[in-house]
Amino acid sequence: MSELQYTAEHEWIAVDGDVATIGITAYAADKLGDVVYVDLPAAGSALTAGAVVGEIESTKSVGELFAPSDGEVVEANQAVIDDPSLVNSDPTGDGWMIRVRFTALPTLLSAEEYAALTAE
Amino acid sequence: MSGQGASGLSAGAGRLGEVFADRHIGLDRAAEAHMLEAVGYDSVDALMDAAVPAGIRLQPGETDGTAALPPAASEREALAELRALAGRNTVRRSMIGLGYYGTITPAVIQRNVLENPSWYTAYTPYQPEISQGRLEALINFQTMVADLTGLTTANASMLDEGTAVVEGMLLARRAAKSTSNVFLVDEDVLPQTRALLQHRAEAVGIELRFADLAGAAASGDAAIADVAADVFGVVVQYPGASGRLADPSAVFAAVKAGGGVAVAATDLLALTLISAPGELGADVAVGSSQRFGVPMGFGGPHAGFMAVRAGLERQLPGRLVGVSQDAAGHPAYRLSLQTREQHIRREKATSNICTAQVLLAVMASMYAVYHGPAGLKRIAHRVNRTATRIADALGDAAVHRAFFDTVLVRVPGTAHRVAADARDLDLLLHVVDDDHLQFSVDETTTDEEATTVARLLGAALGTPDVALPVKAALVSIQPPLVRQSDYLTHPVFDTHHSETGMMRYLKHLADKDYALDRGMIPLGSCTMKLNAATEMAAVTWPEFADLHPFAPEADVEGSLELIEQLQSWLATVTGYDRVSLQPNAGSQGELAGLLAIRGYHLSRGDAARMICLIPSSAHGTNAASAVLAGMRVVVVACTETGDVDLDDLRAKIAQHADEIAALMITYPSTHGVYEHEVRAIADAVHEAGGQVYVDGANLNALLGYARFGDFGGDVSHLNLHKTFCIPHGGGGPGVGPVAAKAHLAPFLPGHPLQQRDTIDRGGASVPEHHNIVSAAPYGSPSILPISWSYVRMMGADGLKRATGAAVLAANYLAVRLREAFPVLYSGDNGLVAHECILDLRPLREATGVTVDDVAKRLIDYGFHAPTMSFPVAGTLMVEPTESEDLAELDRFVEAMIAIRAEADAVGAGEWAHDDNPLVNAPHTAESVIVGEWTHPYDRERAVYPVRAVVAGKYWPPVRRIDQAYGDRNLVCACPPIEAFA
Repeated sequence: MSELQYTAEHEWIAVDGDVATIGITAYAADKLGDVVYVDLPAAGSALTAGAVVGEIESTKSVGELFAPSDGEVVEANQAVIDDPSLVNSDPTGDGWMIRVRFTALPTLLSAEEYAALTAE
Repeated sequence: MSGQGASGLSAGAGRLGEVFADRHIGLDRAAEAHMLEAVGYDSVDALMDAAVPAGIRLQPGETDGTAALPPAASEREALAELRALAGRNTVRRSMIGLGYYGTITPAVIQRNVLENPSWYTAYTPYQPEISQGRLEALINFQTMVADLTGLTTANASMLDEGTAVVEGMLLARRAAKSTSNVFLVDEDVLPQTRALLQHRAEAVGIELRFADLAGAAASGDAAIADVAADVFGVVVQYPGASGRLADPSAVFAAVKAGGGVAVAATDLLALTLISAPGELGADVAVGSSQRFGVPMGFGGPHAGFMAVRAGLERQLPGRLVGVSQDAAGHPAYRLSLQTREQHIRREKATSNICTAQVLLAVMASMYAVYHGPAGLKRIAHRVNRTATRIADALGDAAVHRAFFDTVLVRVPGTAHRVAADARDLDLLLHVVDDDHLQFSVDETTTDEEATTVARLLGAALGTPDVALPVKAALVSIQPPLVRQSDYLTHPVFDTHHSETGMMRYLKHLADKDYALDRGMIPLGSCTMKLNAATEMAAVTWPEFADLHPFAPEADVEGSLELIEQLQSWLATVTGYDRVSLQPNAGSQGELAGLLAIRGYHLSRGDAARMICLIPSSAHGTNAASAVLAGMRVVVVACTETGDVDLDDLRAKIAQHADEIAALMITYPSTHGVYEHEVRAIADAVHEAGGQVYVDGANLNALLGYARFGDFGGDVSHLNLHKTFCIPHGGGGPGVGPVAAKAHLAPFLPGHPLQQRDTIDRGGASVPEHHNIVSAAPYGSPSILPISWSYVRMMGADGLKRATGAAVLAANYLAVRLREAFPVLYSGDNGLVAHECILDLRPLREATGVTVDDVAKRLIDYGFHAPTMSFPVAGTLMVEPTESEDLAELDRFVEAMIAIRAEADAVGAGEWAHDDNPLVNAPHTAESVIVGEWTHPYDRERAVYPVRAVVAGKYWPPVRRIDQAYGDRNLVCACPPIEAFA
C-alpha cells in the first residue's frame, strides 16, 4: 500500500492497485470530537466524485464523507460502524471508513501539503 | 423610562391594585440608578438612544400605534376581565372526538405539575445535570408511548397529532427504499390531518393518494396491491376518524413490500385494548397524548408523540431523551442524538421542530404513572363498553360494528337536527353530513349522558324509547385486534398509585431540577423572564380548559374575542396588519411565514422565486424551516463584527436576482446586537422582488422602541414563550404567532374547521387546506390568557419599560464581566442589546478550561448556565431579562468572576488540568462525602465556593454526564431499577 495522500475535505486515501482505502484525518477527528455514529455506504454502491456518501456524527457536530472519485464501494468498515470511537482512537488505522474500486483518482495532497493546509 | 414609581399603589384614580409592571420588572429605582451609573448613562432613555440605531427608531411622522393598546390594568382588573371573557364561553359536554376527548386531570397532577412553577418555569434540559427530574418524567413518557405502540423508541413529544403525521410522512420519505414520490393516505384520517398533509406535501413536492384502505383490505389482496402500488409510505388512522376499527396489517405489508414505510396514527387509550401498531407491522406510530389527563383547552397545548421501530431512531424528529452515565458511573439522563437537530444540521436537519410539548408530555406520563396499566385498561374498558352499549341499542344504524370509542350513526336527513337537539341538552355531537353524525365516548361520559345520546338518536331513527342495555351483545373489538401483549411493565408504572405517593414522586423529581423558582436562568436567545402567577391563573379555568376545538361558534365567543384582541395587540406592537395565533412554536411560525411568502409569489405567477437568503449567524431552525417550505437556502456571509455582510448580500441578490423568495433576518441579530443596516438590507431585498422575514426571537430587545413592520419586515413570527411570558414548561409548550403585512394575509394559516376566520383577508379566497400549520384552528388557546394578561397588565408603557430594563441588565452584565470575559460583539457605543456573548475561547487558550467546565461549575455556584456555544462555539450567551433583580445579577457576576479566578489558578498550574474544581464540576453531595477526598482543592471549595450559596444550596443529583457514552449506547426507555443500585 502506498503512503497516505490527502484531500482538502480532510480525508486520507491509501491506494493499493485500483482499490483506495478512505478515512478521515486525525485533524478532522479531533475537530469533530467524540464520534458516536458512522453511516457508510453499503458494498456495491456506486460513487460519484465529490458526492456525500457517508456521515460521521459526533456529540457536537456532523461531518460528511465525500467520495474522492467515481467508483464502487468494495467494503465498508463494519468495525467502525460497531465502534465509532475507533475514528478518534485510530483514525488512519482501524478507523478507516470504506474501500473503493476506482478508475481514476484526482490530484491529491501530500502529507506536507495537507499539513500546510491545516496549519492555516 | 417613564416616571412610574418603583412600587406601591397606582396613582391612577379609581384603579384597583398595584402597577403590575413594578412587579414584573426586577429593578427598582435605586437598582436602576446604580446600574445606569455602571453602564455610564443618566437614564434608560439615554441608554436606549445610544444603543438602538436611529435608523430603526420610529421616524418623524410615524406612530408606534401602541396608543391602540388599552391602558395597563392591575392584576385584579385583568382577572376580572378574563372572568368576563370566560363567562361568554359555554362549556358543554363534548362528544365530538376527532382527536380531542374529555379527560379527568388528576388533581394531584394539576396542582403539582401544571400549576407548579418548579415544572412550568424550567427550560429545555440542555444542561442535563440539573434537569434529571423532567428528563426522568420524559423517559417515562417515551417508555409509555413505545410500550403502547409496540415500537422500540419514542421521542419526547411532538407539537400535535396532525403535524406528527406530517413528520411521519417526511420520515417515510427519508427512510424509504422506494423512490416513489407518492404518499398513500387513509380516507379515514382526521379532517385536520388531511388538510395538514395537503398543505405540507404540496410545499415539498410530495403527491398524496387518498384511498379507502379499510375497504381495500376488506376486498382482498388485489385491491390492496392496487392502492399500495408504488408509494414511499402510507398513513392509516387506527382506529379511524369515523371510529372504524380495521386491521391495517395487510396494507402495511403491501406498502413495505414495495420499499415503503408504514405509519399508524393512533390513540393511546385505545391501544390498551387493541393490538399495537408495531405488532401489526407499522414502522412508525404517531398520535396525541391529550386524553391522558390534559384538558382539551379549545385545541391545545397537548403533547403529540412519535415512536419508531428499531433502525429508525436516528430519523426521529424532535427531542429524544436517553440514558447515559455520569462521572461516577451512575445512570443519568440526557438529550440524545442532539446533532440530528437543526442547530447543527441547519438545512439538512430531519425536521425544524425545536420546542415541543414537554409540560404536557410530563402530565400525560404522570397520568399513566398514577393509573398504571390496570387503571388505564379499566378506563379504556369503560369507554369502550359505554360506546358499545349505545351502538348496540341503535342496531344497524351504527355504521361500523368494530370500534373503540367512536360510533358513526346513519340518521337519514336529520343529522343537523339531532345535533341541535343534543346541544340543547348540553351534549355536542359531530355532524358528518346530512345523513350521518358520530359521537365519541370518553373517560368523563356518564351513564346518564350515554342514555341521553341513545334516546336522541333512537328518536331520530323512530325508536324513541330505546333502552341502553346493561351489557351489549355486540363485541366491538374482536380478534385479531384484541391486544394480547403487556405494556407499562416497568415498576414506575406500578408504584405511585396513592395520592401521597404521587405527590412525593412529583416533588422528588422537581427537587432535582433547576427552574426559575430557584434562581436566574440567563439563557441567551431564550428570554427566561417572569411567568407571573396572575398570568397563569386562567389556564385551568374550565371555561378555557374544557372547550373542544370544534365546538360551535356560539359556545366559544369569549375565547374568540380574547384571540382577536391578542391578535390585534400583537399586530400593533410589531407594526404588522394581521396575526395568526395558530403556530404551536417558533419553528411553526417560521414555516407558516415562509409558506405565506411562497403562496404570495405563486399567486403572482412568480414560481421561480424559491431561494431563501439566510445569514450565516441565523438560528439553524431558519434554514430547516425554509427547506420545509420548499425553498432552497443560500447563505449570506457575516462580517467579523457579526453583522450581515451587505456586499455579500448584494452579490447574492445580483446572482439570484429573479429567484429570491425571501431573506430571513433576526433582529436584533442572534449576536445580541442592534445592526445598523437593517433598513438597507430590507430595501435591497425588496428591490429584487423578495420578501423580508424578520425572525422575532429577540423581540424582547425592541418592544416599544421599534417595530419590525416599520423597518422593512413583511412577515415575522413571535415567540409568546419568550417575550410574552408563556412559561417554557421544560421545553414546551410554545406559541409562535405569525404576523404579516396585509398583502400576505390571504396566505396566513386558517383551518377548515375553524369557527370563524379571525383574520381579515381582504376577501381573498383561500385554498381547501386553508394554509393550515397546526391541528387546531387557533393553536394552543388555553395558554393565550397568559400573553393576553401580560400585555393587558403592562400596557404600552410597561412593555417599553420592560425592554429598557432588559437592555440595561444585559449591558450591566457586559460591563461587569468584560474584564473577566471579553464581550464578543457589540454595537453602537460599545453597547449590546438584551443579551451579550462572553468569549471563552481566550480563556481556553490561556488555561485549558472549556466553556463546558465553566457552565458546569456555575451549577456548584447555584446557577443555570447561559446558552453554550450558540451562536458561536466556545462562548456563553447571557440574557438576564428585565425580571431579575440587582442582587441576583450581582450574585451571577460574583460567580463568574470567581470562576475566572479558578480558571486562572488552573492556568497557573496551581491545580492540575485534569483535577480541579472546574473539570470535576458539578460536585454532588455524594462526591464530597463518600470515600476518600483526593483532590488538590478542599471540599468546601468544591461545593460552597462562595458564601452566597450556603443558604439554599442547590445540590445537583448527578455529576457531569458523559455525552458520547449515551450516543454510542442509545437507550431511550426507563432503565431497570437495578441500574440505580
